Order: sequence, then structure tokens, then C-alpha cells
Amino acid sequence: MTTTDWEIVIGLEVHTQLATRSKIFSGASTAFGAEPNTQACAIDLAMPGTLPVLNEEALRMAVMFGIAVNAEIGKTSAFDRKNYFYPDLPKGYQTTQLERPIVGAGYVDIQRADGSSKRIRIHHAHLEEDAGKSLHEDFHGMSGIDLNRAGTPLIEIVSEPDMRSADEAVAFARKLHGIVTALGICDGDMSQGSMRFDVNISIRRPGAGFGTRTETKNLNSFRFMERAIALEVERQINVLEEGGSIVQETRLYDGDKDTARSMRSKEQANDYRYFPCPDLLPVEIDDAYIEALRADLPELPDVRRQRFVQQYQLSTYDADVLGCDTGLATFFETTTLQCGNAKLVANWVMGELSAKLNSTGLDIRESRVTPQGLSTLITRIADQSISNNMAKQVFEAMWNGEGDCDAIIAARGFQQMSDSDAIATLVEQVIADNAQQIANYIKADASKRPKMLGYFVGQVMKLSRGQANPQQVNDMVLSKLNALL
Amino acid sequence: MTIERTDIEKLAELARIDITEQNISATARSISEILALVDQLQAARTENIEPMAHPLDATQRLRADCVTENDRREDFLALAPCSESGLYLVPRVID
Amino acid sequence: MHNLTLAELSLGLDNRDFSSVELTQFFLERIATLDQRYNSFITVTPELALQQAQAADRRRTAGAVPAMCGVPIVHKDIFCTRGVRTSCGSKMLDNFIPPYDATVVANFAAAGAVVLGKSNMDEFAMGSSNETSYYGPVKNPWDTGCVPGGSSGGSAAAVAARLTPAATATDTGGSIRQPAALCGITGLKPTYGRVSRWGMIAFASSLDQAGPMARTAQDAALLLNVMASFDPKDSTSVERDVPDYTAGINSDLTGLTVGLPREYFDAGLNPGTERALRDAVAELQKLGVTVKDISLPHSALSVPAYYVIAPAEASANLSRFDGVRYGYRCADPEDLRDMYMRSRAEGFGDEVKRRILVGAYCLSAGYYDAYYKKAQQVRRLIKQDFVAAFADVDVIIGPTCPNPAFAFGAKGDNPVAMYLEDIYTIATNLAGLPGMSIPCGLVDNKPVGLQIIGNYFDEARMLNIAHRLQQVTDWHTHTAPGLN
Repeated sequence: MTTTDWEIVIGLEVHTQLATRSKIFSGASTAFGAEPNTQACAIDLAMPGTLPVLNEEALRMAVMFGIAVNAEIGKTSAFDRKNYFYPDLPKGYQTTQLERPIVGAGYVDIQRADGSSKRIRIHHAHLEEDAGKSLHEDFHGMSGIDLNRAGTPLIEIVSEPDMRSADEAVAFARKLHGIVTALGICDGDMSQGSMRFDVNISIRRPGAGFGTRTETKNLNSFRFMERAIALEVERQINVLEEGGSIVQETRLYDGDKDTARSMRSKEQANDYRYFPCPDLLPVEIDDAYIEALRADLPELPDVRRQRFVQQYQLSTYDADVLGCDTGLATFFETTTLQCGNAKLVANWVMGELSAKLNSTGLDIRESRVTPQGLSTLITRIADQSISNNMAKQVFEAMWNGEGDCDAIIAARGFQQMSDSDAIATLVEQVIADNAQQIANYIKADASKRPKMLGYFVGQVMKLSRGQANPQQVNDMVLSKLNALL
Repeated sequence: MTIERTDIEKLAELARIDITEQNISATARSISEILALVDQLQAARTENIEPMAHPLDATQRLRADCVTENDRREDFLALAPCSESGLYLVPRVID
Repeated sequence: MHNLTLAELSLGLDNRDFSSVELTQFFLERIATLDQRYNSFITVTPELALQQAQAADRRRTAGAVPAMCGVPIVHKDIFCTRGVRTSCGSKMLDNFIPPYDATVVANFAAAGAVVLGKSNMDEFAMGSSNETSYYGPVKNPWDTGCVPGGSSGGSAAAVAARLTPAATATDTGGSIRQPAALCGITGLKPTYGRVSRWGMIAFASSLDQAGPMARTAQDAALLLNVMASFDPKDSTSVERDVPDYTAGINSDLTGLTVGLPREYFDAGLNPGTERALRDAVAELQKLGVTVKDISLPHSALSVPAYYVIAPAEASANLSRFDGVRYGYRCADPEDLRDMYMRSRAEGFGDEVKRRILVGAYCLSAGYYDAYYKKAQQVRRLIKQDFVAAFADVDVIIGPTCPNPAFAFGAKGDNPVAMYLEDIYTIATNLAGLPGMSIPCGLVDNKPVGLQIIGNYFDEARMLNIAHRLQQVTDWHTHTAPGLN
């Protein structure tokens, strides 16, 4: 039996930090990167006698998400306490929503590589508070607790087990990322934990019932998600094919080592004793509230990618990639607005720029080449001031902060030689220096000549140190040689 | 409802309260007495009665999304049994 | 001076009969001399009190001041006081000095009241006898061999012993009314949501409510004027104007209907207590009220429902006491689990641990529906009983507790016998209704209380009835033996 005999079943739970200024139940700041515990107020620290009050913006953002994924909105939602002890959970319970979540059943459509689309159902999404962080650096054999993140608002988005491959899971995750960033309810910065994915994975024989699933927790990049799924699927297949059985467990994926292991410690005594939080009352919203938000909803990825096809004549593939990612979409549109030439902009954003972002781990908003910079570069390519090859070097220099586009072109002497007289002089010289090759060319069969032409063009380009416009050189060499026939 | 030793051990673990060997049976006895009192509830007819979590039929008020709290880390850390470099210290956390 | 009421002290300050500093010194000395008998304080704050008294005197010189300005009070040690240790009667918080004030504390500070100290209480307000305090039991001024009731036993005893003219307290299942009854003073638990819970250490969040303790209904009204407020920091605080509770306190009672629930005059009620109650009701009839027999059919289920709901909420509320950020941590924990298990085992007393375990049990997988959900349903039935009753009557009157104060150790180690002491008070917490206790007689030379249960936010009417009754009876003026 082989891998192809197994069907993979995947469901996601996505923790999405909401981009509020203050926390879900307190007036402490949610800004990332502050000194430890400087943004943990009495409520976040669960000081005795402190009480929660719900942030209206967190509620509004959750409802916007619900509208965007075609979900039923809970007109009456309520908060529950989920009880467990952990040092990063100050109250000893997490305030979350179990029975009556703010967002009910909904769905999103994903685009697959073959161009088809698939509907992934969302079971529900609920509001809850994030926990703090345990720092495992050694403080005399102890761990340090930073509670700045405690109380940051989250929506936890829970999908149905509708995905059948790592690709589908990643496409779903990317679509959710595109939606929450388009809505402006999450900064989407996964390196800072703004979106974290728990992946439920099981495998089964096609047509059989669901297998036992495992949960791999806290994946914070699409690449890790893809790898973690591949590893876990492989592990489950091995276990089952060797006659073993899958144990329901929580697993932890280590991106640096590309390995995963079982998290035994969190498994014991898993009885959360949920009950309605008596400190918070039922949250009531009415149709007017929902409809006002619906009317003001920003453009969503699905609408945007269709618009990109129509407005910029992008291919469906390019429009999917750019339209789904709010950061890329904004960068693309800002750049295109300045220089026109949407197709070239799309190529650069999806090619050189994306590669750079991937290799440096930066978010598009942290890109060291701005839309203004890229638009100048593309203008120089389009007006043939520089070759594509030069443009790549200029881009690299711009990324490294060596100055703006034109300054780099000037400093490197990258001005493309488009002056016909100068190119003509070089062509003459190549013809003069290569008498034997010219003779061969003239004698050769006409069908062989185009191949031989390349040699002369190459010689001219070499003489110009790569700066001559290749098309111009080609045209000129051809006409000179034709004249000799 | 009779509470067994294993129930007490499970509850002690859930509530993170160490119960010494010599106290287990006394604890089981007193909790059994309380649960016997509580079991009188089973006599009540509660079909179609909506559970009541709050005494008043009020709904949640919302706060504006404003940062109102200043950094008072030093005040709070002064209360901590063990802290260093702005962090609360606990015996090592193992995931 | 110690026999003057709040209202009289306020007038005395206005008339410059004495200054707030003199008044404060007087009570501080009285506490220093007498409280060793009663153990009603956990912390006395002389320096702070005198500073506040000086400020109050200056403020009074500068112009018109609120009635409470310069008047000494005591806060139950469940209210967080900035810079003053707040223990909640527990070893767990023996070293806890809050960097913030409870809203109740802030309200009294704004009114210029002087805080003499923090009163003793059952640990985390769990108890009806004050025997669960880490700081030792409070003794009943009427009989120091008897309990003062609980959990606000320190506040009640301090008022009864005239160590303070008034005190704050909290009531989750009777913790204001029962000690008020047992110590012969006046105590009021307002409607749930009337007084902010911010900074008040939670026992059972959906039941806890703070209220005043004093000697007279009029003083209770003055205190409630300060305590009651809408607080945006408490989601369960009710956004509703606070009336002047003293305004209608003298109103005529003619035409009012009082309901006597037959379930409250059952076989468990001490005959002496019942006689005292019937006498008080007769006085009310002379004042023009009509008396009506009513039924609260689910009364017997209030104690069972309470002992699911309160422990369940408490089990979660007390999880924050984990030895990480404040409070007690055991010595030399072996590992994380050991730190939790021993810090909580050593930091909490037996009753608190018992209730946490019961709460965890009722919420645990497989038991939630049978216990927690069932109790929540019964809670609604109990509320519906009251709603139906208030369609016919203006207030409900009954006993506060079955018996006068009992001796220390009388309930032995039987938690259920202790729980049944709150049989008449618990239902109002479940329903969120206001209730108050006023002294209505002596049984075996110990005071017994009459309970008035009002409709939602009808505290003014309850105070009016209590005040008029106190105009024609003198039980509230009786003083524990050996105090004058």
C-alpha cells in the first residue's frame, strides 16, 4: 500500500489577534514588543477584585469577520470560563465563548492550483483572550513569565474538517489571512504571532469514517504548516501501515529542526469545567448594528482578485496570488498607480520582491523597496534605460539601501546603451575582428544563419560590457550581415 | 452521591490543591455530606426552565477601545513572590 | 461618643462639638483597649485614620461637606485598600498590599470618611461563624463564647461593640444579614448590581454584593448613599440613578402590604425568634401596614442550589491564587506542579478548599448538567417565586436566621449544619433581591434579627419600614452587656 491509498482529513483552528488598541477586557495597550510586563495592568494580572469589561472594538471586528465569511452572527453571545492552570494564564481560567459564540457557521472558497475552487466550511468563530508567554531562558533553573500579551483579543476560527491536502489547508489559511487583513481586523504578522494555526489531522481509507486525529499546535507560518502536515501525515501512515493505531494527542512542531513531538504534559486531566462567566453579561447586538457593518465592509479578497483580472488584465493565477494577500495587493496597486504596466509590476511583486521577503522573513509592509522605488525601476525597464538583468542588480542595491533607483543606475554606470551610432561602431568592430566567422556565415545555409547570428550579438554585448540594448544590437547585426550577403 | 478516594485525587489535581494521605477520607466524607444536601435539587421539576446565570436580565456594556492603563510594572512586581528582569519567575515550565 | 449614631456624629461635627481628629482618636483608643476581647480587626490603621481625619477637619473648615465627612468607618478586609494590607481573612493574602482601591473604598474616601481599619472575616467570605478566618475567630460582643455570625463577623462585632459607628460588609448568602442579626445591629444587602464589585475580592461573582452595617436604618441609608454608584469598571453594575435613601425614610407606612412567607415560619425556626418577629409585625400593623400570608414554594431548594452555584463560581474565582504574581507561595517548590499544589494547600484553609473541590466537582465532565445546570434552573424557579410574590406585596418579612448566636464549635466539623444557618437569607442572593436585617428582640439574652426582603432596587422602601419600626421599638438601641 502506498500514500495514495490514504485520504488526508484536515481541520484548522486559527487564533487571530485583533488589531485593537487596548485589550479585550482591560485598558492596557496591545502594542507588540514592549518591555516585559509593562503592558499588563491589574486586570490582565488577575489582581484580586478586578473585573472585565468588553472592548467594543473587539466585538465589532469579530462581527465584521462573521459577515465576511458569510456566517450567522450571534445576536446574543456569551462568555464562558475555561478552567486550567498555567503560569501564563493569570486568572486560572481563559475567558472564551463555548455555548454561544459571536460568529456561527459560515464558509470561504479557496482556489486550488488547477484553477478550480472549493468551499471550506467554518464551524464557528469565537472571541477570547490571549495568554501571556513563558520564557524558557534559564533564570536559575526557573522560567520567566511575561504577561504583556495576556488579554489581547483573539478570534478563534474553527473550520470543519473539509480540507484534503496540505495545499488546501494552506490555501484556506492564506484566504483567512487575506480576509482578516483586508478587513483591517488583524495585522496578519505571523512572525509576531498575530495568526497562529492549530492543525487537526487524520487519515482514512477513502469512503471510510474519520480516523483518530491529532492536533499540531501553534504553527506560525504557511511553510511550517505545510511541513507539519506532511510530517504528521507521513507519521500516521507509517503507524497505521505497521499495524499500529493513532493516539489522540497534541503535538508540537519545531520549525528549526523540522520535527514534531507529542506534548504529553498538557494532556493530563483535560477537564476544562466550562461555565458561564458571571462577571460578563450576555452580549446583545441587533440587525441595525450588523447591517451598518455590512454596508461599510472593505473590499474582500474574492472581489479584489476578480477586479484585478478586469482592471489590470492580470492572469487568473496572478490575480489569485496578489488579490488574496492584502499586503501584496496594496503594494501592487500602489506601484501600478504610479508607473502603469500592471503586468510588469505583478511579475516583480510576485517574483523578485516576494523572494526577498521570503528569504529575509520580512512582512510586505516592512519591505526595504517601496512602491515608489519599484515603480521607478519598472519605468526604467519599460523605457529601456536598463536591461532586465541590470534591473535585478539595481533592485538588489535598492534593497540593500544603496540609494534610490536612478542614483544606483548612475553610480554603477548601468545606463543602457541605446545610442545607435555607438552601437553601430561596436558592430563594425565585431565584423572587422571576425572575418573568418563572417565568411562562414555568408556561406552557410539560410536555415542555419539565425543560430550563427547569436555569436555576433554576443560579441557586441561583450564589447559593450552588457550595456547595449540587446534588441537594438540584434536588429543592427542582422541588417549589417544581410547587407553583406 | 458517595465520593471515593479516586474522586478526591482527581479533584485535587483539577483544583491544584494537595490533599495529604491522612486527609483524604475526611475530605471525602465532608464532600459527600455536601453533595447529599445538593442532591435535593434532583427533586425539582425543571423541564423547560432556562438556566439562570445572572440575577438581573441585563446585557453587557461595552468600553471604548482606549488605552487607559499606565505602566505600573514596578508596583505589581513588588507583590510577586519571585521576580527578575521584569519577569515573574516560576519553576521551569515544560511544554 | 460611642453611643452616638452616624447621623448624630455628623451633626456633632457640623456643630463643632468635636473634631474628626478627636472622634478618630476616641475610636482608635477604644479599639486598642477593647478589641482584644473581640478580635474584630485584622488591621488597624491609626496613622492613615488620623491623616484622613485631619484632611476632613480642614475640608469642613473650608465649607459645606458631605454627611460622611470626618466620620469613622471600618472596611471589611475583602475590599482592596491601596497601600493597606488586604487579606480577605486568608493566609494566602497575608502579605498582599493592593496598589489600588475598591470602588466602595474610593467612594467613602471621596465623601471624606475616616478609615479606622480592616475588619476580620471568614476566609474569602466563606463561613457563617467567622471561625474560618486565618486571623482567628471574632467573638460576639453579646456573649464572647458565641460566634458573631459570618462572613462579615468582624464588621458586625465592631459595630455592636461600639468600636466604630459603621462598617462596610459583603453578602453572598447572608454574610451581612446573618452577623447583623447575631450581633444585634442593622445590615443591608442591596440589589445585585447596586454597589460596585470592583476591588472587592470575589467569592461568587453572581451573588456577591456589598452593603452597609450600622446601628440604625437611618445610618444604613446614609452609608448606602455613599456606597451605591454606577461603576463602568464593573460590567454587572447597574446604570441607574442613586436616590437619596434618607429622603423618604420617615414616610407613612399606611397602605403598604407585607408578605409573610409560610416557608420561613417553619419547624426549624426558634420559637423565641418567632415570638419576637410576630411582635414586630404587630407593631408594623399598628403603623398601618397590611399583613398577608404568602408562599415561596421553592425556598427549601435555595440552600442546595446555592451550594452548587457559589462553590462553582468560587472554584474559578480562586484559581488566580496560584503563588505566581502575588500572595503566598510555598517554600522551595520542587517543580511547577508542586508550587501550585502546595501553595494552594498551605495558603487556603479547610472550608475554602472544601468549597473549591465541591465547585470543581459540580462543573466537571459528566456532572455539569446534573449539578450546575440544574442549580441554575432552580435558581430561576426561586426568582420566579419572588416575582410572583411581589405582584401582591410591597415587601416580604421573615426571620434573618433560625436561631440566635451559637457557641464556638457548636456546628462541629459538619459543614452542612453550618450551611443551614443561612436558610432564610440565601434565596435573596440567588434572586439578586435586596434584603436587610434589623434587631427585633432578645432570645436567651442574645439578639435576633428581622429580615426585610424588598423588590429590585426598592432599598428606600425597606429603609423606610425599618426606620419607622425603629421609631416605635428600641431593640436597635440595646447594647451588649459590659459595654457601658
